[in-house]
Amino acid sequence: MAHRLPSGGLVIDRSKPVEFTFNGQKLKGFEGDTLASALLANDQVLLGRSFKYHRPRGLIASGAEEPNALMGVGEGPRFEPNQRATGVELHQGLTARTQNHWPSLGFDVGALNSWIASRAPVFSAGFYYKTFMFPRVAWKHVFEPVIRRAAGLGKPPKEADADEYEHFHVHCDVLVVGGGIAGLSAARAAAANGARVLICEQTPHWGGRALVETETQIGGMSGADWVRGEVTALSGMENVTMRTRCMTSGLYDHGYALLYERVADHVPGAEGTPRHRLWRVRAGRIVVATGALERPIPFANNDVPGVMLASAVRDYVRLWGVAPGEKAVVFTTNDDAYRTALALHEAGVAVAAVLDARAEVKGELPARARAAGIEVRAGYGVAKVKGGKRVKGVEIGRLTGMGQVGGRREELACDLVAMSGGWSPVVHLWSHCGGKLTWDAEAAMFRPDPERGPTGHDGAVNTLACGAANGYLHTDLCLSDGRVAGMSAASATGHSRGEMPEAPEVQAIPQAHPRPLWFMPARGKYAHGTKHFLDYQNDVTAADVQLAAREGYESVEHAKRYTTLGMATDQGKTSNINGLAILADQIGAEIPQVGTTTFRPPYTPISFGAITGRARGPLFKAVRKTPMHDRHAANGADFEPVGDWERPYCFRRMTPEGRESRAQAVTREILNARQKVGLLDASTLGKIVVKGPDAGKFLDLVYTNMMSTLKPGRCRYGLMCNENGFLFDDGVVVRTGEDEFLCHTTSGGADRVHAHMEEWLQTEWWDFQVYTQQVTDQWAQVAVAGPNARKVLEKLGGVDVSDAALPFMSYVEGTLGGLPARIFRISFSGELSYEVAVPANLGLALWEKLAEAGEEFGAMPYGTEALHVMRAEKGFIMIGDETDGTVTPQDLALGWAVSKKKADFIGKRAQERAFLAAKGRKQLVGLATEDPAEVLPDGAHAVKEVKAKSRMITIGHVTSSYFSPTLGRSIAMALIEGGSERMGEVLSFPVAKDKVVKATVVDPVFYDKEGERQNV
Amino acid sequence: MKRYSAFAIAKEALGYHVGWERAWGNPEPKPEYEVVIVGAGGHGLATAYYLAKNHGITNVVVLEKGWLGGGNTGRNTTIIRSNYLQDPSAEIFELSRRLYEDLSQKLNFNIMFSPRGVLMLAQTEHELRAWERTAHANRLFGIESEMVTPERIKRIVPIINIEGPRYPVLGGLWQARGGTARHDAVAWGYARAASDLGVDIIQQCEVTGIDRDEHGVTGVRTSRGAIRCKKLCIVVAGHSGVLADMAGFRLPVESVPLQALVSEPIKPCIDCVVMANTVHGYMSQSDKGELVIGGGADGYNAYTQRGSFQHVEETVRALTETFPMISRLRMLRQWGGIVDMTGDRSPIISKTPVPGIFINCGWGTGGFKAIPGSGWAMAGLVAKGEDPVAGPFSLDRFTEGRMIDESVAAAVAH
Amino acid sequence: MLLLTCPHCGVSGDETEFAPGGEAHLKRFGPGSSDGEFETYLFYRRNPKGVHFERWRHAFGCGKWFHAARCTVTMEVFGTYPADVTEPPAELVETIRAKRPEWEGF
Repeated sequence: MAHRLPSGGLVIDRSKPVEFTFNGQKLKGFEGDTLASALLANDQVLLGRSFKYHRPRGLIASGAEEPNALMGVGEGPRFEPNQRATGVELHQGLTARTQNHWPSLGFDVGALNSWIASRAPVFSAGFYYKTFMFPRVAWKHVFEPVIRRAAGLGKPPKEADADEYEHFHVHCDVLVVGGGIAGLSAARAAAANGARVLICEQTPHWGGRALVETETQIGGMSGADWVRGEVTALSGMENVTMRTRCMTSGLYDHGYALLYERVADHVPGAEGTPRHRLWRVRAGRIVVATGALERPIPFANNDVPGVMLASAVRDYVRLWGVAPGEKAVVFTTNDDAYRTALALHEAGVAVAAVLDARAEVKGELPARARAAGIEVRAGYGVAKVKGGKRVKGVEIGRLTGMGQVGGRREELACDLVAMSGGWSPVVHLWSHCGGKLTWDAEAAMFRPDPERGPTGHDGAVNTLACGAANGYLHTDLCLSDGRVAGMSAASATGHSRGEMPEAPEVQAIPQAHPRPLWFMPARGKYAHGTKHFLDYQNDVTAADVQLAAREGYESVEHAKRYTTLGMATDQGKTSNINGLAILADQIGAEIPQVGTTTFRPPYTPISFGAITGRARGPLFKAVRKTPMHDRHAANGADFEPVGDWERPYCFRRMTPEGRESRAQAVTREILNARQKVGLLDASTLGKIVVKGPDAGKFLDLVYTNMMSTLKPGRCRYGLMCNENGFLFDDGVVVRTGEDEFLCHTTSGGADRVHAHMEEWLQTEWWDFQVYTQQVTDQWAQVAVAGPNARKVLEKLGGVDVSDAALPFMSYVEGTLGGLPARIFRISFSGELSYEVAVPANLGLALWEKLAEAGEEFGAMPYGTEALHVMRAEKGFIMIGDETDGTVTPQDLALGWAVSKKKADFIGKRAQERAFLAAKGRKQLVGLATEDPAEVLPDGAHAVKEVKAKSRMITIGHVTSSYFSPTLGRSIAMALIEGGSERMGEVLSFPVAKDKVVKATVVDPVFYDKEGERQNV
Repeated sequence: MKRYSAFAIAKEALGYHVGWERAWGNPEPKPEYEVVIVGAGGHGLATAYYLAKNHGITNVVVLEKGWLGGGNTGRNTTIIRSNYLQDPSAEIFELSRRLYEDLSQKLNFNIMFSPRGVLMLAQTEHELRAWERTAHANRLFGIESEMVTPERIKRIVPIINIEGPRYPVLGGLWQARGGTARHDAVAWGYARAASDLGVDIIQQCEVTGIDRDEHGVTGVRTSRGAIRCKKLCIVVAGHSGVLADMAGFRLPVESVPLQALVSEPIKPCIDCVVMANTVHGYMSQSDKGELVIGGGADGYNAYTQRGSFQHVEETVRALTETFPMISRLRMLRQWGGIVDMTGDRSPIISKTPVPGIFINCGWGTGGFKAIPGSGWAMAGLVAKGEDPVAGPFSLDRFTEGRMIDESVAAAVAH
Repeated sequence: MLLLTCPHCGVSGDETEFAPGGEAHLKRFGPGSSDGEFETYLFYRRNPKGVHFERWRHAFGCGKWFHAARCTVTMEVFGTYPADVTEPPAELVETIRAKRPEWEGF
């Protein structure tokens, strides 16, 4: 059984016990434990069930590569599924639950799949592509629901997240990824030369494997002591920033890196700290010192709990003082795993034997093992593991040829199998942004090709790999490689003082080459009934990869996708290389020919909360508010988003019957504006100043109308098209001076229009002497509309607003009611109307003065909906309603606003094209329904001919539709094919399955056709 | 071709699966074919299949420089819907969606078409009106789609926050027979069925040149030798411009990367596809349990299939706001695909200035859902010289200004 | 996340600080041009797999438009220059030629 050792454990504090709950059971661990080490210390070896077969699974690893031990951690708003137990730091009160089983972890009905598969392997790779097809409806209603419920790992969280997240934006010269000895050396070398260094380590501890490999001496001290010294030195340097619990998730273009710091996962709910912090780093050079991962060996039943990576076994013993078993068998292809045998032996755990796949075993580590009395069997391998929920023993035998076990088989009793198939450099980050790999046949690994690394904005390679990540598995090489990488990185960013920290002497045990062993055995009747797992989490076996290859899924990407190899939450960290070696063997190709699948960010999964950062709830997206916003809110406004603005949709008043409905409010607002006077906050209207000697010439090109002929002090309604000929914005242009114009745009369109003007000015007509400036926010603007409008302004006094002094479509500046104001006599409601603009800081004052002065004349505020209805009554178009990006001014009967005299304007040439100039295009018309009370639905389509069922040929659609309180009937505008030719025609609108609304085509101007009301 | 079935699996399982044959052939290229199709993505393979199936043209080869289905077919977010506004779009996407319905049975390959419903949220008054217009157009066209209320949306997707402070959900356009399919399986299924009908599929075969004489195309040069042909179809999303350049003409397309990501798998929590265009994000859950999330496209040309971060950030923000419970879930993997964008964001299925060369490209962000319909229409065009579905998507629409603009209604992500 | 340098204000910033504007040095065809010329101007782009001249605006900075020469495969930025020119500066063309001998030229 697994147990806590009486002593040892470099990172645990035995004086600080920690209580936690596992599947409802109260257990104890120590501070410094991971959930995995604490569970192991409590002899919990069964920690999960696999995806497809629901086979019992335990820990394979001790770090980020762990595929099996995934659990739900936390409660309520802090519950999180799929947490790797190896990455969860133990804390007081932690609750963890295993997942993907029913009814319990020990007895899981889903394991039936495994039983079936052991009789006949029906759940082979891609089996689901070959079945579940009949009857057709069964897929949606039977098969798929069952599959969906069976798949998926943990349960989804139910509540909104209780925690906060934040982002850091950071620049540095050198980013060092990984806090092992290579990374620390690189950081030290870069920092000594004056570079600004950021070094991060994904675990809570600096030092990486140096903490564990106690045989190795650096500078005459233990690895752990040397690491302590380096960390102390680095933390004393002001140009160095250090972070543990900080994983570099991805490398992106031009030295952009994303770091994921788990600030408070180990102290949930801590006040004043975010849970996670996302570091968005721009680095001059990136040093990848991410180490290497050990590979499992695919032998039969290599997934029984108790089969672990040899390095992980060593980690549990030395870092956490936990023995993962009582009697171990070590199975290796290399010298490194002998350290595990020695560590176990040292900790008092029996080692039944070390099975070494190599025929000859000569190195010093094996010699030490032998000297310690451990039996070493050269040329031996594990044929099969015995046991179900825990290892009971192994069948072993002599290896013949390609990993096959021949001859007599023996059985060794044990409860722990430590395996080592060799090491693979962690090349994920190197590869994220285009770094290429090269296959090192001797070392049996893909390593970074320094000639073909990721490149930066200047085309130079901007990433350096070092240490084990660079394929150097020995301590001395890791150190020197790190130092060189650090020096080079600093120098490339302009920091080369020629400082090279003194190189410590390394006493490490030399190691012989490994013998690659991708599959045990690789030939013979292996597949029959036993399973050799590659991808533990997704239950992908060697036989699956071979089947994929047989069926023609020969490309590594096909094999991956067909079998799901490497697609689990560990993204194949332990399985990919074995898988592609087996694939290569099956199709008779070399490993480098097969190549790897693409490495994608993130290295390990990162929370959506961290990606979101602070941008949630009220901070999700900035809101633009006018200076009168709060006043509107106090006045009962219902707001609606218009672009980034919030505008009052209507103002709902309290009445004796309660608060008005939206419809009641809108009706009241319209009638009041038509009969008395209404106030509209028009501050959101876009305002752009266009100034300069060529301003008129420029606007003649930007607008379809002629603007250069506008007289100072006068206003003109203008249309703007894009170069494709389609209308995209409109508004009133005011000539405020000889060479100065003020262009009004739609509320949502101001930024777009301003950018459009600048684009043409800067990239096409750069010789024009024109400046533009957006002043939308600088002015607050109020429309005073209605028969009493003039009276209100006259009451405020200070400016002559009589028709003689300020006729329709003219403009004046003055002091209105004591406020400096610009007054435009323009109308979007069809009423006598003034738009009064004051500097934004005076907006609220203006509004209040107008409301006060207007009181005796019946002034009431109105919102966007009343505005829309009133403009529709007048047949005025609304950008976005009557236009949709495919509509020309001519389509909207606005041909009068398209100058025929001008040689050119933006969109003119486009409007000459065949389709735009064709007859029969959709044109704007008004519609009067036969039943005046019937309001056509927005977007309803007219058809050529009503049929009992679809398809019906449509001839146009309703663009705006309202009940007009002014006219006491419904009104609508529509774009109808050949509309101008259809006056008086009755059109049919099938608005629902069995309902057709009939409407007569009429002039779109429903109210005051002569425009007498605005012109008084 | 051995038929796939539960029975066949059981039978092969007893023999430990050594009896399965290759899903598609691996022939040497012949010196001449009637039709050469460049690009073994979904669209190319579907074209080959329908040429054989609908038109009896089997002397066809599909050339692929990498591995079949390795482009956008295997990189998209697998959404299938047909609730488009414009008639030509509705025509091809609805044809496609209908073909998806029984594609598993037709191909004898389970492509897992799952009509789990597609919901497009309206989060502004403007968007609401746009979807209403689309719903009317769809109903009259014969596409089943309908407007749904916020309350019904909450019932369809219980994890949604319909009262978002910034953009409350005002309604939605719901297409119950839209859904998803297993993207790789679509390519594999078409490849297997086309191969069975006699089509040659040649992988690891890059086209390096296109030969033509005064009458039109005569063949292609490839990394595995020259191949003569009477007709040539270019169906290489993302790289259309490069191939067109070889043939001596240009295309109104630009290649930009599009971003996508998946979460770690969890038990079912969202049953349909939800698209939130105002905030820029869409999400569904795969059968495996991963949340499949679509991000935006980069605004500049690039041919790198890698992920960038800012679009992921924008999309995840939008979805955390829309589905607050995802905050504690994690991003497992992000990637990019190269998409062709045309001037009106609608595809091109057309003859080209070179007689005998046909082009199928410009699917932008919406190609996967169109694979069956696109292959069907393209096969018709190639076999008969014209096709009613392909017709409106001809190249000359750009000369005439006859845009098929689906962004009309709103900023619609496909 | 590209790193771009605005040639007007000299600031180097993340691509999110800038707004992309498509192919640079397009020749505008207006009234009087043929359908073919106009169509080419409006829709047809080089879309090269390699060196691309493109427009950017320092949208969240000085607001100025500029041009960049960038490789669409490696993302290398060869240089940036103001937008008020009809062709790239000669020295930039030379720089690109030196780095990419196979480049067909502007």
